[in-house]
Amino acid sequence: MQIDLKQVEEAAKELYIRALKRLPPDIKEGFTGLVRRETSATGQSVLATMIRNIAVAESTDNLLCQDTGLPIYNVEIGRAVQLDGFALKQAIRKGCERATTEHPLRSSVVHPVTRKNEQTSCGPRVPVINIDFVDAGEHLSIEMIPKGSGSENNTFLHMAIPADGIDAIKTFVIDCVLNAGGKTCPPTIVGVGVGGTGDLCVHLSKVAATRALGSRCSDPEGAKLEAQLTDAVNQLGVGPQGLGGDATSFAVHIELAATHITMNPVAVNMQCHSARRARATWTPAGLEYGF
Amino acid sequence: MAHYDFHMPVTEAQVRALKVNDTVTLHDTLYGIRDATQIHMFDRGRTTKFDLRGHAVVHTAPNVRWVGETAAAPVGYEPVCVGTTTSDRMERFTRPLMEQYGVRIIIGKGGLRQGSLDAFRDLGGVYLAVIGGAAALETTWIEQIEDVDLHDLNPESLWKFRIRGFGPLLVSMDSHGASLYTDVNTQARERRAAVLASLGVKG
Repeated sequence: MQIDLKQVEEAAKELYIRALKRLPPDIKEGFTGLVRRETSATGQSVLATMIRNIAVAESTDNLLCQDTGLPIYNVEIGRAVQLDGFALKQAIRKGCERATTEHPLRSSVVHPVTRKNEQTSCGPRVPVINIDFVDAGEHLSIEMIPKGSGSENNTFLHMAIPADGIDAIKTFVIDCVLNAGGKTCPPTIVGVGVGGTGDLCVHLSKVAATRALGSRCSDPEGAKLEAQLTDAVNQLGVGPQGLGGDATSFAVHIELAATHITMNPVAVNMQCHSARRARATWTPAGLEYGF
Repeated sequence: MAHYDFHMPVTEAQVRALKVNDTVTLHDTLYGIRDATQIHMFDRGRTTKFDLRGHAVVHTAPNVRWVGETAAAPVGYEPVCVGTTTSDRMERFTRPLMEQYGVRIIIGKGGLRQGSLDAFRDLGGVYLAVIGGAAALETTWIEQIEDVDLHDLNPESLWKFRIRGFGPLLVSMDSHGASLYTDVNTQARERRAAVLASLGVKG
């Protein structure tokens, strides 16, 4: 399958704007579940405002949140796809820039030392482009995630040691949620990376935080831990916006990797309630947008 | 739990009357302020042409569209999406904003710390919680971008918005030493041991 890179550029632009305006159905359903269980009057009121905002964004064709985030593009390439990989990255970058200047969107991206904003949502190594090769045939998928800073600023890595055991992982997750309080714009999805190298562990926490609600960790031990920790963080009472209540998190998601005999790393990355993502998929039938 | 409608600016007495869990809706004028705005104002010696005495600031950096100067867009910008950012990063600017510029109300999300709570008590101020992430809704409360200062910091300029019915916002930190964030955080920390025990963590 040949991919038209001009179409990739258009899609990279379209995906950024779509992600900012429409929440995926699984997140909307997640809100319904939280409302059903919320016992705090303040919590109910905050959740109602969030749900109203989703409807206002759709009816006014506006962005859900002002934070256009750090742009992330996750690319999956099937086995029967031929393309120029470098040109693909250029096309994505160009689409990201065009979304910013043509919509227009707030460029939230600055140089880390000079703090200069190029007003393009681009800079050194940004947008983040992750590329993976998957066991599919004529298939290309690009997922776009505008990662908000309120949640991203609550990213933590703890290089625990084997003697600390699984208790260290559980305690770290609970303490991260406690310390984040309302700063992450709860209810959140708490992404937890377990194992791997330090950098892989943090990356996995982001993969976990941006997974669809209702999905489970493919590893049975990870899935068990997800269920336990989801219940536990929602016993803390942090609540929507940190103003108290039951709905601290939609879910805790875990992604894991094998690690070294001497290591026990755990990382936490959070996703805010505006858990935005959009996806474009190319198959022999053509290009289709979704989540 | 009372509700107030404030036409900005307000007096110290109006702000001191507020208690946590009251709600407030603002009208007329609101200023948008952000990390870089305050870094330049308080660390780099820049000043603003705006008179902020008795006014409210919201922690924001809006999405705006350049349309050229018209009657509806006096400085050439119209709002696209105006929301609220996490306040905690701007904690150290609360007191100078109040002392040097006379700001009475800070609007944000996620709350501020003890230093700000002390400043609210000492100088007569209050923190109002807007629902973070609900920017599409918040934008419907903004009528116009009336003016802008520290323009080179865009989007982190100092924005002057004309507003109508901005709220209701929850009083979550008041001038009497009360903070909902402190209360919630204290309760959550009290639950920590029981939560860890439920996970089988040995203490």
